[in-house]
Amino acid sequence: MIRLGLGILTLFLVSIVVFVATQALPGDTARAILGKEAANVARYEALREQLGLNEPVAQQYVAWLGGVITGDFGNSLVQDKAVTELLSRRVANTFVLVAIAALLSIPISLFLGSLTALRRDTKFDVSVSIGSLALAALPEFVIGIVLIMLFATQVFKWLPAVSRVDPDVPIYQQLVLFILPALTLTLAVAPYITRILRASTIEVLESEYVMMARLKGLPERLVLNRHALPNALAPALQVTALNLAWLAGGVVVVEYLFGFPGIGSALVDAVANRDMPMVQAICLLIATVYVLANLTADILTILVSPRLRTGLR
Amino acid sequence: MNDEIIVSDSELVEPAVVHADRRHSEWLMTIREAWRMGRTKIGVGIFACIVLLAVVGPWIAPYSPTEFVAPPYSSPAPPKMWLGSDYIGHDVLTRVLYGGRTVILLALAATVIGLGLGVTLGLITGYARRWIDESVMRILDVVLAFPQIVLTLLFVSIVGPKLWLIVLMVGISHAPRIARVARAATLEVAQRDFVHAAEAFGVARTKILFNEIMPSITSPLLVEFGLRLTYSIGLIAALSFLGFGMQPPAADWGLMINENRIGIVIQPWPVFVPVLLIGVLTIGTNLIADGLGRALIGIERDTGVG
Repeated sequence: MIRLGLGILTLFLVSIVVFVATQALPGDTARAILGKEAANVARYEALREQLGLNEPVAQQYVAWLGGVITGDFGNSLVQDKAVTELLSRRVANTFVLVAIAALLSIPISLFLGSLTALRRDTKFDVSVSIGSLALAALPEFVIGIVLIMLFATQVFKWLPAVSRVDPDVPIYQQLVLFILPALTLTLAVAPYITRILRASTIEVLESEYVMMARLKGLPERLVLNRHALPNALAPALQVTALNLAWLAGGVVVVEYLFGFPGIGSALVDAVANRDMPMVQAICLLIATVYVLANLTADILTILVSPRLRTGLR
Repeated sequence: MNDEIIVSDSELVEPAVVHADRRHSEWLMTIREAWRMGRTKIGVGIFACIVLLAVVGPWIAPYSPTEFVAPPYSSPAPPKMWLGSDYIGHDVLTRVLYGGRTVILLALAATVIGLGLGVTLGLITGYARRWIDESVMRILDVVLAFPQIVLTLLFVSIVGPKLWLIVLMVGISHAPRIARVARAATLEVAQRDFVHAAEAFGVARTKILFNEIMPSITSPLLVEFGLRLTYSIGLIAALSFLGFGMQPPAADWGLMINENRIGIVIQPWPVFVPVLLIGVLTIGTNLIADGLGRALIGIERDTGVG
């Protein structure tokens, strides 16, 4: 309960930061909309009044938050349409992209992470850990460009280098456009998660209760299934959450690189055009996913791991 | 771990001076231990090579980075144009030789800012506890709620693509992550005898923090430095790649990738070489961080400290 409360508190503070940063600071929205015409004082003042910018900041915030909760982020400054309308298809695209990347990277990191922990210091472990160390260091765009050169432009010409998903065609008919961006995200996130999982599995395997089970003379299979696995499940759930959290940020650069019409590339465009309502909506969306993913992991960890559960009683 | 500390509490309190000596050598020991590992040597070697390239590059470059030497996207033509020309006809090799300085310097600056902020916050929260700890950690949670690149972009959208801003924001986005490490280390060190001794002598709190505790948490911070430097390089390069960092006509690896990626099919070199160098550089710094991390774990296991 305390965790849930803290999560909500964090989200609340996040919304204040996003609002204050983008709306209450100088260089206001009215000026941004009017551009050079802002010199026309009468028009500028009229627009400020119309946008509610002359109200006290706290009142503006409450009005804005009320809109946000009901899904109204206002209108885009660049295209005169509702932010929600402009973003809905992009959210769907990004969701599918992230889902594919998560479906690929979670099993890979679970498999490699636990196997390297069980076969510690074997050749297999050493080569996986060196490989993941190198891959984990690489920025996403480096991985993405190498993949583009490998599979799209230079070595093999199998896949499209640009992923302009057509909004008028259903997603499942153009899944080929999702392959390279999803693969980039997978290769960027999987090594990082594998390394975390390997460390936490080793911790479980070296713990006193696993040693105790071994000393009791239980067969290794039982030791792993009854004693090690339940406690290693907690890290597995954290892996899933970390994955989602990481992907929430990773999509920005990867979508931009592939020209993929999702919320990440929309954020880059909105920042370049200073389209504040759009920036607010996307930052808030990404932060919410990030916080909720971590919160869910925390709560599930407590429910799943026998050690912590006993602690609660 | 905690049991040991309680036991040693009841024993004779050793003079703080003896500990001070040992503490100062603790991080040197970590470095020495790390240097024994092949991966650290390779990492340092890679890092040194690329820094050398970035420092010496401008002197050995055949042209000026903003000079038009050939038609756009010309293929490599040795002996003078080893890597061909870029999207508007600059010499690619020259721009590669010039373009490393900014990435490395900006990343170093962001890392130092992050480390300074993070360590200060970590020391204070770890030592002060109670409400200061609670409230600072809540504020840090808010910063942590944003992926690093998103936090930086949020502020770029307000202020505009300024270099000082992206360095500052990358630094600030590192701070809570570093603060957590520093806080955990401080919590543990604050229970040791020499800190209790200093408290008993009535030494000022800021002095205890920076003279007594700080030297004892240097080893984990070295690891953090390596790790955060790796991420800083990636973030700074990514921001230039997105168009919010270095601006044309500057020669910068991240910017070069963005400028030339449309022509990747006919002239891959102005994209591939910067990508390769950034990739190798981050692998190098990550190897150093990993070597230091392993050395630290090894020392803690051997001495039972930590």
